[in-house]
Amino acid sequence: MTAIAEEIAGIEGRGRYRALVVRRLVMLSGLLAALFVSVAVDMALGPANYPLSDVLTALFWAETVGDQLRVVIWDIRMPIALMAVTVGASLSLAGAQMQTILANPLASPFTLGISAAAGFGAALGLVAGVAVFPVAVQYMVPINAFLMAMVAALFIHFASTMRGVTVETIVLLGIALVFTFNAALSLLEYLASEQALAAVVFWTMGSLTKATWPKVWVTAAVLLVAVPVFARRAWALTALRLGEDKAASFGIDVRRLRLETMLTVSLLAAIPVSFVGTIGFVGLVGPHIARMLVGEDQRFFLPASVLCGSLLLSVTSVVSKTLIPGAVLPIGIITALVGVPFFFVLIFTNRKRAW
Amino acid sequence: MVSLALKDVGATYGRRVVLSDINTGVLKGGQLTAVIGPNAAGKSTVFKRIAGLAAGPGLVHLSDTAKGSEAICYMPQDTGANAVLTVYESVLLSAKQGSGWKVKDGELQEIDRVLAALKINELAFRGLGELSGGQRQLVSIAQALVRKPEVLLMDEPTSALDLFRQIEVLGFMKRLATQSGMAVLIALHDLNHALRYCEDTIVISDGSVVASGPTHAVVTADMLKSVYRVEARVEACSRGRPVIIVDDSIALG
Ligand SMILES: Nc1ncnc2c1ncn2[C@@H]1O[C@H](COP(=O)(O)OP(=O)(O)OP(=O)(O)O)[C@@H](O)[C@H]1O
Ligand SMILES: [Mg+2]
Repeated sequence: MTAIAEEIAGIEGRGRYRALVVRRLVMLSGLLAALFVSVAVDMALGPANYPLSDVLTALFWAETVGDQLRVVIWDIRMPIALMAVTVGASLSLAGAQMQTILANPLASPFTLGISAAAGFGAALGLVAGVAVFPVAVQYMVPINAFLMAMVAALFIHFASTMRGVTVETIVLLGIALVFTFNAALSLLEYLASEQALAAVVFWTMGSLTKATWPKVWVTAAVLLVAVPVFARRAWALTALRLGEDKAASFGIDVRRLRLETMLTVSLLAAIPVSFVGTIGFVGLVGPHIARMLVGEDQRFFLPASVLCGSLLLSVTSVVSKTLIPGAVLPIGIITALVGVPFFFVLIFTNRKRAW
Repeated sequence: MVSLALKDVGATYGRRVVLSDINTGVLKGGQLTAVIGPNAAGKSTVFKRIAGLAAGPGLVHLSDTAKGSEAICYMPQDTGANAVLTVYESVLLSAKQGSGWKVKDGELQEIDRVLAALKINELAFRGLGELSGGQRQLVSIAQALVRKPEVLLMDEPTSALDLFRQIEVLGFMKRLATQSGMAVLIALHDLNHALRYCEDTIVISDGSVVASGPTHAVVTADMLKSVYRVEARVEACSRGRPVIIVDDSIALG
């Protein structure tokens, strides 16, 4: 009797797991479909009003439409729409893995000072004309931002490898970095000329309007490097969430995994910030939404974080164009406005523990 | 059958020496060996050292193993985790370390078997965060078992379990060790369990081995007095099994 009961229960476990996997794949497909729709809408919207049919024609049969339409769709709107996708994906993925390796739900490029560092670096270029890396001065602002973000990420990383430094300490250090760089930024703003001040403020708000194809390619390339790095370590990264001892007992070199992850994360977080300014919310909330939808098995969590981040930023891009007709609001302002309500709904309707 | 021996093993955390000159005879596969001793004696540290998770001098000899260093699995004492994973996923994850994304049906069958053996298959799709302390401990045992170790180091695996589960788990582990030839070392605080389930016992106190050998020879009134500072008798119960009857603690001198 018990043997039979066990056998039935066993089959049930296996079957239920397979069903769970199918559910998650459906979820991922849904996110992907929503992303396609959002990107299409994003490209259809803009100061110049083109009917959807014209936009679609320009997309698929670019030779058959007029020069003006083609340039608007291909050279202006498409880089912006795709930049929303790559930047959202990068920040969300960076946040997801920071949360994973630091075992902290508050970790993200924004909350641990990486974005603030980048903001300070950018302001340094905009206000004081200081190039941290005095080559290619025309790219001074993004390069400054990138280098400062890297410095912050490496600081967080090396602090985390010091003996006696706990996960809580890391978060404290990160928050201290946020305050430090923000204070330094305020100081620069205080000293800045009116013109430079406007540029800094615009930059710190985050905006996709300066997106170009090369920037899209660079951010996409970073993603193409980062995703396989994480994918190959999917089981190990998931195991890290069972605790350091547990992960080590599975034969994982925890220190090394953390270092590799943090280096990849700093690249993922710094590059987008250096191109589009501070877009804070995606890196924190994207992974949380992904986690609520598919759990923390990285085989699902990884693509879900990527998709949630891109979708969040893409929808935000759409909203930023529609909120005030004729104006494109800085996306950094809108992200939280779009993300927070959605996030709240998920938290309050999700009866399972989210973290 | 696999066997294990420690030779002049020590362990350090930073500059702090926690274990020194640990020598054991050959720890045989196919049976349970208890590792006992007071709090902070170094039981967990010995396990971590054997599993290669703590630094220190000395040699851990592993012989007749088919899996090399993969043969050893350490089940940590602390079982708390707040990952957003179901029990089933967390066990799968343990089995799949180091392999690809694809999950074969045989692997899932193995998980079902282990969960059934520990009688926790009704928990399979509960979240890890929603489990009771004892349930967590059972899941942790399942995670260790699916790795099919040849040497299993269980750090207080029954500390959060009710009486029924304690004897179920220890009885199951004993049968498993006998059948599979696995060497199972169990850190325990309940010495009656050691007497009942473990052939051999190693007593650690203050970072060194103070006694080791067949459990009956090691767990004695004298040892309880000197190592644990309790006044106790080891007597045969009405069915003839030795049991520990504790009378009093000994005041610090
Ligand atoms: N990570 C660590 N860093 C520094 N010292 C440690 C660390 N872990 C344990 N210790 C120290 O090593 C000694 C042995 O600890 P261990 O955990 O091995 O004891 P134990 O025998 O398992 O005790 P318990 O029965 O309480 O689990 C203790 O003095 C403890 O304070
Ligand atoms: Mg211990």
